[in-house]
Amino acid sequence: MTQPEDAPVPTRPGPAEVFAYAPAPESRAVVDLRSSYGLFVDGRFVDAVGGGSFKTVNPATEEVLAEVAEGTAEDVDLAVAAARRAQTRVWSRMPGRERAKYLFRIARILQERSRELAVLESLDNGKPIRESRDVDVPLAAQWFFYYAGWADKLEHAGFGAAPQPLGVAGQVIPWNFPLLMLSWKVAPALACGNTVVLKPAETTPLTALLFAEICRQADLPPGVVNIVTGAGETGRAVVAHPDVDKVAFTGSTEVGRQIARTVAGTRKRVTLELGGKAANIVFDDAPVDQAVEGVVNGIFFNQGHVCCAGSRLLVQESVAEDVLARLKRRMGTLRVGDPLDKNTDVGAINSATQLARIRELSEVGEAEGAERWSPSCTLPAHGYWFPPTVFTGVSQAHRIAREEIFGPVLSVLTFRTPAEAVEKANNTPYGLSAGIWSDKGSRILWVVDRLRAGVVWANTFNQFDPTSPFGGYQESGYGREGGRHGLEAYLR
Amino acid sequence: MTPPETGRLDVRKTYKLYVGGAFPRSESGRSYPVHDAKGRFLANAAHASRKDARDAVQAARKAFPGWSTRTPYNRGQVVYRVAEVLEGRRAQLAEEVQHGEGLSRRQAETAVDAAVDRLVWYAGWADKLAQVVGGTNPVAGPYFTFSVPEPTGVVAVLAPQGSSLLGLVSVLAPVVVTGNTAVVAASADRPLPAVTLAEVLATSDVPGGVVNLLTGSLADTAPTLASHMDVNAVDLTGLAGDPEEATRLEQLAAENLKRVLRPPDAEPDWTTGPGLDRMTRFLETKTVWHPVGV
Repeated sequence: MTQPEDAPVPTRPGPAEVFAYAPAPESRAVVDLRSSYGLFVDGRFVDAVGGGSFKTVNPATEEVLAEVAEGTAEDVDLAVAAARRAQTRVWSRMPGRERAKYLFRIARILQERSRELAVLESLDNGKPIRESRDVDVPLAAQWFFYYAGWADKLEHAGFGAAPQPLGVAGQVIPWNFPLLMLSWKVAPALACGNTVVLKPAETTPLTALLFAEICRQADLPPGVVNIVTGAGETGRAVVAHPDVDKVAFTGSTEVGRQIARTVAGTRKRVTLELGGKAANIVFDDAPVDQAVEGVVNGIFFNQGHVCCAGSRLLVQESVAEDVLARLKRRMGTLRVGDPLDKNTDVGAINSATQLARIRELSEVGEAEGAERWSPSCTLPAHGYWFPPTVFTGVSQAHRIAREEIFGPVLSVLTFRTPAEAVEKANNTPYGLSAGIWSDKGSRILWVVDRLRAGVVWANTFNQFDPTSPFGGYQESGYGREGGRHGLEAYLR
Repeated sequence: MTPPETGRLDVRKTYKLYVGGAFPRSESGRSYPVHDAKGRFLANAAHASRKDARDAVQAARKAFPGWSTRTPYNRGQVVYRVAEVLEGRRAQLAEEVQHGEGLSRRQAETAVDAAVDRLVWYAGWADKLAQVVGGTNPVAGPYFTFSVPEPTGVVAVLAPQGSSLLGLVSVLAPVVVTGNTAVVAASADRPLPAVTLAEVLATSDVPGGVVNLLTGSLADTAPTLASHMDVNAVDLTGLAGDPEEATRLEQLAAENLKRVLRPPDAEPDWTTGPGLDRMTRFLETKTVWHPVGV
């Protein structure tokens, strides 16, 4: 077997060496950061009952951005009570067309304040401004716009003649797409007549709190959206609260399991969007440069902090050498650094904890015998950084081929036949996404049929749209978000 | 026993398990007496062990690739064929249902007829459901994007304890018509119609392993199925009225994020028309994207 690590790495200089880009930082002035933030309960910002707080930092600099209230079980209780009142007295009684108009308003304000949201997202999360500006925020607005339109059409959605809301939704979201995950959760819940208690991730609470302000600007009735910041304990209180009718969670498979155990025996409805270890399959007839672009986008988009990231590259043996060489050349042109710089491709790792996890698994990869490669790039002195990394000579038994790294680390495996590609792609307890690169339509559809994954991108990767259902098979969770399918999680 | 003075001695049936298309006894060698509604002995049925449950899962997994990739038209015909063969066994099943459930002959016949009709209803869904629950997604970009339903995999079904045939068919048909394979734990006290249904399945073009049927106490089989790492979903309907055990099994099922259908408080009236829920519950939605361009 030809091992791809033998491939010669072209030494053609990347643009960084040809000419240095002048820094092009987006201004922070558009963001009005407060030194401390309270919880958003019943339409007001309040201190946490216990008075506790935690710091949220800019992962690119380790600068403290703000103090954020740490919600306790009592705070969750108050938030759920507010959500219940708003649900029974106001939101569920309001005609769908009126709910729709609130959601349209929110969508518009998200668009109007998009610059501010994008800068804040990049500050708090570490993702490049190019992505928060062009992906996260526009999609978040689109999500509200899309579900706004459903609010007065639910009886035509195929869930019965008079579908009813579930009640109060407890929603717990991750740190990789803070505002976008909020919109995936809040928009369909509200459109269907539910009210929500949302817990943002502890490392990225700021855009959710700005969203709370947007709800006030939109004159959304108090209690319809409640935001309780905090860490795992706060999230557990939301999930376990007896007056929560529905739990929606995006995050790790391990926490997903705990949630599934917690809600066992209750009447709570649950949707879980969990981890993944997606295969990105490159066939020998694929347009190579396009495929390499897709592979790079698949794993280095958002620093690889993507549950559906194409973290396993399966490349057909006959083209492995060529694909690897081009991939490495392309990786050499990725700009790693200041998230607020408009030319940055790869930003900061979201937290010290996540950085430690990525480092640990990368070391395991080397210890298990895979060959590690990163382009030479200077990482900033402060903050949490990890260079784009590729492992070759990876076997299916290696931990870096089985476990979700959730960072900019790609594991490369090879295959000879389409059947072998499918078998390797499906050799995982996950099943969230997959990619196929080929010029042959019949082969693409043959592979699509056989992949056990909820989203399959053919000759593209990491595309998202509110009209398009998203969610996993097997241990990647259950339920779908997006499209008509996404309504089912919030109706009975 | 001496034969009666007149007539012949009847040949009694041995009620066995149905696993991988064959009719084994329990590997444990155990059986248990089955009584009618008045407590009279009817037959000995196989008492499935945990090992039998694991064997059944293995058979179901093996059958999944073939069954799930049959054309929907073909799956629809196979399920319709089950209805045809069941129709021919109405008398035998009516007798088993009558004695097991303590119904009048007429009530038992009505239940059997409803079971046949239910199979016919579900058979027709095989090649229609994808258009009802799937479709294209009008995304904001140059992509062709569509979503299709796919079977979730191996589904463990705890069949209703009361309605031994109509209830069983009502939970089994929606699981397999969409391409899943099933391991069914039959009603513990009323298992005989399930075994006869297995004989119907074995003679009606259902590939071996697509449906596997276990009889015996749920205490042995149900936790094994709920915790089995190669089972994708579990239907707890048979635990209606036993919330504690249902909670325990749901917790076991969390280990590999099985899709769980919780039991109702009490066994439902199976004569009312079903909706799509029992099918969609055990389906995944796969979304596919492809760029559009020249």
